[in-house]
Amino acid sequence: MSILVIAEHDNSSLKQATLSVVAAAKAIGGDIDVLVAGENCGAVAEAAAKAEGVAKVLVADNAAYGHFLGENLGDLVAEQGKNYSHILAAAGTTGKDFMPRVAALLDVAQVSDIIRVESEDTFVRPIYAGNAIATVKASDSIKVVTVRPTGFDPVAGEGGSASVEQLDVVKDAGLSSFVSEQKAESDRPDLASAGIVISGGRGMQNGDNFKMLEQVADLLGAGIGASRAAVDAGFVPNDMQVGQTGKIVAPQLYIAVGISGAIQHLAGMSDSKVIVAINKDEEAPIFQVADYGLVADLFEAVPQLEEELKKVL
Amino acid sequence: MKVLVAVKRVIDYNVKVRVKPDNTGVDLANVKMAMNPFCEIAVEEAVRLKEKGVASEIVVVSIGPKASQEQIRTALALGADRGIHVETDEEVQSLEAAKLLKAVVEKEEPKLVILGKQSIDSDNNQTGQMLAALTGMGQGTFASEVVIEDDKVNVTREVDGGLMTLSLSLPAVVTTDLRLNEPRYASLPNIMKAKKKPLDAMSPADLGVDVAPRLSTLKVEAPAGRQAGVKVEDVAELVDKLKNEAKVI
Repeated sequence: MSILVIAEHDNSSLKQATLSVVAAAKAIGGDIDVLVAGENCGAVAEAAAKAEGVAKVLVADNAAYGHFLGENLGDLVAEQGKNYSHILAAAGTTGKDFMPRVAALLDVAQVSDIIRVESEDTFVRPIYAGNAIATVKASDSIKVVTVRPTGFDPVAGEGGSASVEQLDVVKDAGLSSFVSEQKAESDRPDLASAGIVISGGRGMQNGDNFKMLEQVADLLGAGIGASRAAVDAGFVPNDMQVGQTGKIVAPQLYIAVGISGAIQHLAGMSDSKVIVAINKDEEAPIFQVADYGLVADLFEAVPQLEEELKKVL
Repeated sequence: MKVLVAVKRVIDYNVKVRVKPDNTGVDLANVKMAMNPFCEIAVEEAVRLKEKGVASEIVVVSIGPKASQEQIRTALALGADRGIHVETDEEVQSLEAAKLLKAVVEKEEPKLVILGKQSIDSDNNQTGQMLAALTGMGQGTFASEVVIEDDKVNVTREVDGGLMTLSLSLPAVVTTDLRLNEPRYASLPNIMKAKKKPLDAMSPADLGVDVAPRLSTLKVEAPAGRQAGVKVEDVAELVDKLKNEAKVI
């Protein structure tokens, strides 16, 4: 078996998620090559060559790949990947964009967002936003798979010595072009990758009160989320929503403040390692999934939490 | 210009999902079904394009059992003009759905195809991209803004860590993310009117597509349940436990 892993990067550094995808490739077994497609991405290729277990790094360095356009990456990966048994990429927004194109161009099914490898053709993945876990078997000759990075401990990023090979292949479909990008301005970590997330619900009463959570988040280096109820009530924008139709998070610590714990919210955070719930209603369903529950008025508890954290951090 | 919108019938997002005791799947018997939330956003976007005078006709297509016509009627009540139902009781996976939609695209020749980014049942996030690849169209996935300018569409996408705007040549495929719009509710008069709008039914065979699945589901299990933990007395105890017991801060 031979596995092609598509590196996730920003043209200057290799994303940690790639090391988790290599770990998934190791679990499948076989020779592992990494394809780095980007523009002026030599440093990424060097980093990929040091990753544990990688045999060869293929580099496609061209302006056509600089913004990771799905059409161009799809054509490139479908062509480079057709002689491999597996093509793997992280299930981030880049991988989710181009990998289904690869699968369609190769006329094979894609297995999305796997969290475990059972065998070379059998994978475990959450469905219904994690409310059910499916084991699926792929029958196509090439397995196109996206990997949820939180499901696999990353391989070591140092110590490997893969060969690096430049590819002179330019795929420019001419269907799309990059216009602009707007990076999230906040210094706060992105919800999906934050190690700690603090979220507010309808109990926050209004958007201004989310400032209380910001102060705690700043102390912890946490991302800030919200329940759908808080979003629907107009307290905070949609992109903060954690839940089945929002972001799925699995941080080390999730603090739910004034969140009752509707099913659709639990679906988005119940894989968190440690869950804390602060709610004045002791019957709130959130307490059934919380490792530590505090029955209290959040308007007293959150400022106290800030003070206590200042003492210990 | 003509806009094609694909919608999927799924379990209502408020229903608690239960895995069948024999681990063959999720129990859908007597469960409330609805239009996939991301598909509602797709319909809404098409209707707004029509209200702005950009779209001239909205065709809505759904693949699935007879009952999927309920979701087509919902889309018609929201403002779509005409429905196409590709009727099948078989499980249709993403690649095969994309092939069916490709056949519909070849018949209808829309300038823009809008789909939800994923369905909340299978969570695959594949069909729009596969359709774009099979038809040779460009794609704007996870859209939070869609602006048509002459023969181009500018799509702002929700990507990890921010937003990215792309310009695509039309025809193109757009998949919706949550922030694109807030779907409206259908009014009663419009629900009545929708019953009279045209709806064509056809089979996968009529479209010349083999929908045999490539992936087989060996088992479906409930996730490892969480046990309720302990209640703490006050904030000081909470912080102490987080620091010294859970060691997460």
